Amino acid sequence: MPASAIAELLQTHENELLQEWTIAQRAAGIRADLIDEDTVIANSRELLKLLTVAAAAGIDDFESVQWSPIKGMLERLSRSQSRQGFTPSDTATFIFSLKEPLFSRIQQYSDDAAKDIWQINQLLDKLGLYTVECFMTGREAIIREQQESMLELSTPVVELWKGILAIPLIGSLDSNRTQIVMEALLEKIVQTESDIAIIDITGVPTVDTMVAQHLLKTVTAAKLMGAKCIISGIRPQIAATIVHLGVELGDVITKASLADAFQMALKELNVRLVTSATR
Amino acid sequence: MADKIPILKMGNYLLLSIQVDMHDQLALDLQEDLTNQIVKHRAKGVLIDISSLEIVDSFIGRMLSHIANISRILDAKVIVVGMQPAVAITLVELGLSLDGIATALNVEKGMARLEKMVSDDQLLEFERGEERDISAEAGD
Repeated sequence: MPASAIAELLQTHENELLQEWTIAQRAAGIRADLIDEDTVIANSRELLKLLTVAAAAGIDDFESVQWSPIKGMLERLSRSQSRQGFTPSDTATFIFSLKEPLFSRIQQYSDDAAKDIWQINQLLDKLGLYTVECFMTGREAIIREQQESMLELSTPVVELWKGILAIPLIGSLDSNRTQIVMEALLEKIVQTESDIAIIDITGVPTVDTMVAQHLLKTVTAAKLMGAKCIISGIRPQIAATIVHLGVELGDVITKASLADAFQMALKELNVRLVTSATR
Repeated sequence: MADKIPILKMGNYLLLSIQVDMHDQLALDLQEDLTNQIVKHRAKGVLIDISSLEIVDSFIGRMLSHIANISRILDAKVIVVGMQPAVAITLVELGLSLDGIATALNVEKGMARLEKMVSDDQLLEFERGEERDISAEAGD
């Protein structure tokens, strides 16, 4: 059976195929919570149409131009499904459930059914694999996006007082993140015209030479801009590590807790806090 | 090249604002011009505003450092104000931490700091001067 015959078969039996395919999908389990049946049928119809067009041009070369519309459609579909919370098998089942109705048609009308079925089987496998691949790419894109937004979320610069900024660092620091922290802090210093910035590293689990160097760079950059930096929240183990590693902190001011650092910052700005006598 | 960075005299202080991209010749000219002006006006303090400077290289960084050192020798305090974050990061990455140069966030704060630095200095001189007077009187 040549490719054109397969296309013809797809075209003449479109409606029956669609019906049986929908039944097969339903049997495999449609995620009713995520997608309604009308959408499934619409998707199936679109795919069948595209498949017919593509098959007319030949089914051997999956990389050829005729297959790009169908690839595009599958890509869109699996990407949106990966975002909506479908599993990879849900998405792949969409393609694989077409096998049963299509094979039975071929068996009915083909002279050399075994060969044709094998050919179509290979084709549908390729389509299925492609779908899963797109699904994974979609997932990876989500992960990347989340990583980026986590970077931004995890570096808030807060204003404690007029002229005093604090940046509470949480989680491990790498070059990439420190760069973002540094930029965020310096931008905020310019924005708020703050004289003092407190870098609180209570939430940083480990400090190695790299991290220490990054911190020092941040402090120096802030100093160049005319702001003073205080590093606070240094835990005993971290203090020991810094000394062990031989990191030279120079004239950087360090305080044990954020409260101490804040107190010192207030003193720098000549601000005195007074408890009111009457309540 | 008509580009020249204007140096303004205000009382005991010299103000200069770098508002164009510094190229090497401009920096060298500025250094020469500033030294002459400090001597001519007997300036006590120099305020350099670089808030419009967006690009620096190692040469310009070193130039700033030189200008500050020369001014110090000529007995003028130098303060650099308004450095942009990107510039600060670049200088740090280049390993130029401009040690010994006073900095401030903006011109207002810079001027206040400069005045304080200069007045501290003058107070010291004044006290020293008084002591000398007393010893002179004792000798009479």
